Amino acid sequence: MTEHYTVLILLMPLFGALVTTLLGRERQNACWLTALICMATSSLFAIGNIGRILASGSGELRYRMGGWQESRGYEVGIELRVDMLAALVVAMVVLVGFVNMIFSKTRVAGEMKDKVSFFYTLKQLLIVGLCGIVMTNDAFNLYVLIEITSLTSYALIAMGNRRAALSSFNYVIMGTIGASFYLLGVGYLYIKTGTLNIDDISLRMQHQYGEPSLMIAFALIMLGIWIKMAFFPLHGWLPNAYSYAPSMVGSFMAPLMTKVMVYVMLRVMLWLFEGEYVYSGRLVWGELIVWMAIIAIVAGSFLALACTDIKKMLTYLIVAEVGYMVGGAWLADGAGITGSMYHILSDAAMTFCLFLAASIVILRTGDHRLTAFTGLFRRMPLTMTGFTIGALSMVGLPPTCGFFSKWYLISGGIDVGHWSYVAALLFSSLVNAVIFFRIIERAYLGKLEEVGNESLPLDADGGPPMTLDRVPYSMLLSLLIASGSVLLVGIYNETLVGWLKAAIPSL
Amino acid sequence: MEFLATGFFEEYIVPKFNYWIYVILMMIGLFAMITKNNLIKKLIGMAIFQTAIILFYVSIGVKAESGIPILGHEQHHAIVEEGQPSSEVIKKDKFANPLPHVLMLTAIVVGVSTLGLALAISQRIYRSFDTLEEDEILDQLRPGGHD
Repeated sequence: MTEHYTVLILLMPLFGALVTTLLGRERQNACWLTALICMATSSLFAIGNIGRILASGSGELRYRMGGWQESRGYEVGIELRVDMLAALVVAMVVLVGFVNMIFSKTRVAGEMKDKVSFFYTLKQLLIVGLCGIVMTNDAFNLYVLIEITSLTSYALIAMGNRRAALSSFNYVIMGTIGASFYLLGVGYLYIKTGTLNIDDISLRMQHQYGEPSLMIAFALIMLGIWIKMAFFPLHGWLPNAYSYAPSMVGSFMAPLMTKVMVYVMLRVMLWLFEGEYVYSGRLVWGELIVWMAIIAIVAGSFLALACTDIKKMLTYLIVAEVGYMVGGAWLADGAGITGSMYHILSDAAMTFCLFLAASIVILRTGDHRLTAFTGLFRRMPLTMTGFTIGALSMVGLPPTCGFFSKWYLISGGIDVGHWSYVAALLFSSLVNAVIFFRIIERAYLGKLEEVGNESLPLDADGGPPMTLDRVPYSMLLSLLIASGSVLLVGIYNETLVGWLKAAIPSL
Repeated sequence: MEFLATGFFEEYIVPKFNYWIYVILMMIGLFAMITKNNLIKKLIGMAIFQTAIILFYVSIGVKAESGIPILGHEQHHAIVEEGQPSSEVIKKDKFANPLPHVLMLTAIVVGVSTLGLALAISQRIYRSFDTLEEDEILDQLRPGGHD
């Protein structure tokens, strides 16, 4: 049984997606329960998977779909490959999915109206896609899974208002360009190697590294992935898409999509191609890309500073965070790469926490602007505590995970002597401090004059049970889990980094 | 036109014909996606863009003087009798490479669903904005901040 854990992580939400479609729009609670149970079992399998990797000596698990054995030195079937990094990212995906499922419960009927079952179906398919991206060992399957993920996210974003539909359309255009570039790059690799299995490609490419066609393939794949992860000049689709999407969708996609694409970039850089090729003199643009990452960090921070809309601001911070990770990965340094991997986990935790808190605040006050936070500490103490933990992590204060990931990234920058990257990280921390302390100060000290915005959109629905903060228990619970995970990922950073270091192939 | 005389055409255009075609088609698609104002025209550009890549894949599976990758009657018998196909009975040069074509079946499905979804979204946009011209939509959005 245990050897099937790997594939069961994928199959549970896929099965759940089928069931929720069949249950239909009338049985909303049954849909929610099915989705929740599937996500919960999937999370258990993901955690079991981490245990299996720790127990195995090789540090990786391979699963041949359908039991197809290799023939004449070629993998003929589709293979799943999970190492420690993949297992942690998969666990992150399904756990965020699970907690977000708890969060969605009370809001889904209000925001989705008669599309509740479709919402659950799409959300679970999105999780299937993300898990598949992380675990697959087949370059073409990776394309298909990226497209499954993107298609479901286009549809989920378009479920919002009319602005959301327009931003979803722009996302379709950009996303398709990105995925097509990736596919083209894979085509070149297939011409050169005659196989699609990532390990086989990597093995057969080694003696042809000097050839220009491989460089083209690498450049095309990177370009495609950068569009998908919203790396700075290619980030145009992200802010609108994530801030106008329905709150349950935005809070779920923002922490996961870009991070999983960063994982794909690391996978391509270190496993498909080898670190030796990527960082050596053959590709002179390594330095250039670190500079692009610096620009992304600075520009993302500035754009976030200029925003008056809470969700827009958070999305621009994601753009800056993507810069962190790309820069760390291209530093060509062990600490930088480890920092980049660890930042995938920690950024997911803190973005999730902040998005949940922002969604709750917007729901409660009915206001998108930063001024909505005035005096909120008194009215919503628990929500604001969760928000503050996320904010402190963004700023980078210990013991939150944001501090440790920044620490590893900065030490990577110092190791290779890339001081401008270090300066950009510190600058971004300062800007985050300004942004978030501005909000926290307003929330803590600000006086609430008008009681006029006490209009509660939730009460209109007949009223689910309210807590101290006058928001549903399910939302508050998920926010507290998320903020707890920010602290946990931070406190156990040494364990996690130790696991991640073991997963990095030697440079 | 002097470079044509030095064998430029024979060296760079003819043997890499399929690559030129796909690059040109791709650029047409990209141009339409970036510059067109009408959302449906953008989608047409997207379809051309994806088709270019499908053509590229299909073209790399082709071999000179090869047929479809299906075993003939006598080859099948040979396999049944011998158990293990020998390279004399089945000459791999005689078969086109089926793998890129199969991959493209999947890519076509992905392309169709992307296009379908994008058309559905543009229908939603048309219902709420009463237009499919991008500049007119942006004009409508400009005055108010949120809606």
